Amino acid sequence: MYNSIVLVKQVPDTANISGKVMKDDGTVNRAKLPAIFNQEDKIALEFALQVKDKFGGKVSAITMGPPRASDILRECLYMGADTVYCVTDRKFAGADTLATSYVLSEAIKKIGKFDIIFGGRQAIDGDTAQVGPQTAEKLGIPQITYAEEILELKDRKIKIKRKIDGGFEIVECELPVLITVLKGAAEPRPFSSKRLMAYKGAKSLSDLEKMAEGNSLLYVDNLVQEYKERNIFIETLTTDDIDVDPERCGVKGSPTKVHKVESVVLAGGKHESIEPTKDGISKLVDKLIEDRIF
Amino acid sequence: MSKPQVWVFIEQRSGKAADVSFELLSKGRKLADSMGGILKSIVIGHNVKDIAVETFNYGVEESYLIDSPELFYYRTLPYSRILDDLIHKEVPRIVLFGATVIGRDLAPHVASSTKSGLTADCTDLKISDVTYLNKPFKNLLLQIRPAFGGNIIATIITPDVPVQMATVREGVMEMHRFDKPNEIKIKEIPFKPTKMDDVLKVIEQHREESKVNLKGAPIIVAGGYGLGSKANFNLLYELAKAIGGEVAGSRAAVDAGFITSERQVGQTGVTVRPKLYIAVGISGAIQHRAGMQESNKIIAINNDPEAPIFDISHYGIVGDAMDIIPKFIETYKHKLK
Repeated sequence: MYNSIVLVKQVPDTANISGKVMKDDGTVNRAKLPAIFNQEDKIALEFALQVKDKFGGKVSAITMGPPRASDILRECLYMGADTVYCVTDRKFAGADTLATSYVLSEAIKKIGKFDIIFGGRQAIDGDTAQVGPQTAEKLGIPQITYAEEILELKDRKIKIKRKIDGGFEIVECELPVLITVLKGAAEPRPFSSKRLMAYKGAKSLSDLEKMAEGNSLLYVDNLVQEYKERNIFIETLTTDDIDVDPERCGVKGSPTKVHKVESVVLAGGKHESIEPTKDGISKLVDKLIEDRIF
Repeated sequence: MSKPQVWVFIEQRSGKAADVSFELLSKGRKLADSMGGILKSIVIGHNVKDIAVETFNYGVEESYLIDSPELFYYRTLPYSRILDDLIHKEVPRIVLFGATVIGRDLAPHVASSTKSGLTADCTDLKISDVTYLNKPFKNLLLQIRPAFGGNIIATIITPDVPVQMATVREGVMEMHRFDKPNEIKIKEIPFKPTKMDDVLKVIEQHREESKVNLKGAPIIVAGGYGLGSKANFNLLYELAKAIGGEVAGSRAAVDAGFITSERQVGQTGVTVRPKLYIAVGISGAIQHRAGMQESNKIIAINNDPEAPIFDISHYGIVGDAMDIIPKFIETYKHKLK
């Protein structure tokens, strides 16, 4: 039996920028980008679920982000996660990878025992691939990044095929370990319709707080208890729940600061237009010969 | 006060140094010069003294060599512990890593244990005095990279920590080998293994010399998502074969499975400077441009006249690539063969 924790992140869909999110000046309105489940994290969850299917154990998913990040935790439940945790607090906002990994590692210590932590190699909003290794460092456990396949899991040892530059290698590691997985390593399973029905009403603390605000007959504490009893409560962890040093969280705990941001304006520039005809292309080839390209 | 130090982690695979490390030394030399600092190379591995010696051709003033059979294969824990110890002892101002698989595994681990700031995949690095929150800072490292899907260019600084770290992709910085090497000064540091090192063992490794050499190709024909399918890429291979080039792709094309990731040009792929770059069905996001905009001549072929790729092109053809490329091949063959 092996217990896994999966690190997941909700990200703006930066890969599919449509005209709808462009501002008049040609820059992107970031607030309008849809929020999605980071694909490689979904593959990480699939790895954890496969381990559970084969060997038994529990799968927990954890995310740090604003309250709406619980959307992807619901998706984790639909796929098969047993417990989900939303780590959220204003004090965590603006965190770089160092502050994020600090809070995540403290939250993981709070959640309890695990054998394997899985995460995506990187999130598409920053592409840094840093939170995985930094979380492993803070927990004092080994890491295996760029994993492509679990070859064997036996006697508390895991054998992994991982990508390296120009090829692959096979490593064997004692548990516990943190593993980040590469895109294409597995196909995330579809939502189970049974689980979808069971968990579509799952709510986090902030969801329930909103419900209570809108209805004077409801009390948050009662709601939390009710949702916990029905097993559809998305656990929320704030600075009250995790033992963190506020100086190491959020903006305060982040050594990297954004000094300057320039929006990329996609306009301007001059080029010579070539007609898409035989004649036009013939002239272009002549020019390239003249330029000594050919 | 002792001089500020710029360190470059020299990556080697099976005893062969990675190009990116020498590129970083060349950049590191400039950074060190602009802050009156010194450049050091950190070489870890087995039988890698030659590599340490070679770094003196790239402006290095001192090299730290940690050589042991147990370090033959890269493993996170021993490598990061070595760096961690050295950094705690000497507190360099800047540490640079290649944004390779090894660099991206090692750098965040070391940044975490030393509580340093780290910026991934920088496309430029500069030294500058900065005023941040009304406080003046001298000689900060400006870590410049596209962010947020390439819609912004961010300049990142790490003003309040002693050590500033960054990773850079291969090909981004230009390599400069000096004719006359610096005086060789290698400090060998003994490796002290710990029990924890062996929780992870490398069982086997398979590596093939890449047959793809985008950096060295004089002509690159690159396709984007706009080509629509993997089958349509065949036309690019035909064109490349006819005019003597290599085929590359944008990240979107790689993500869509049209082409392998070793052929990806851009911020998270390879940076190229060929004499001719033909961009076919590539919209021209900033991350892609970061990897090819210094090409000598750029031809853009796209059916969207508004595609931003035209802004950095010398020649633009609006139309269907499936129609234009065969015409190009035919004309070329007719004129030059």
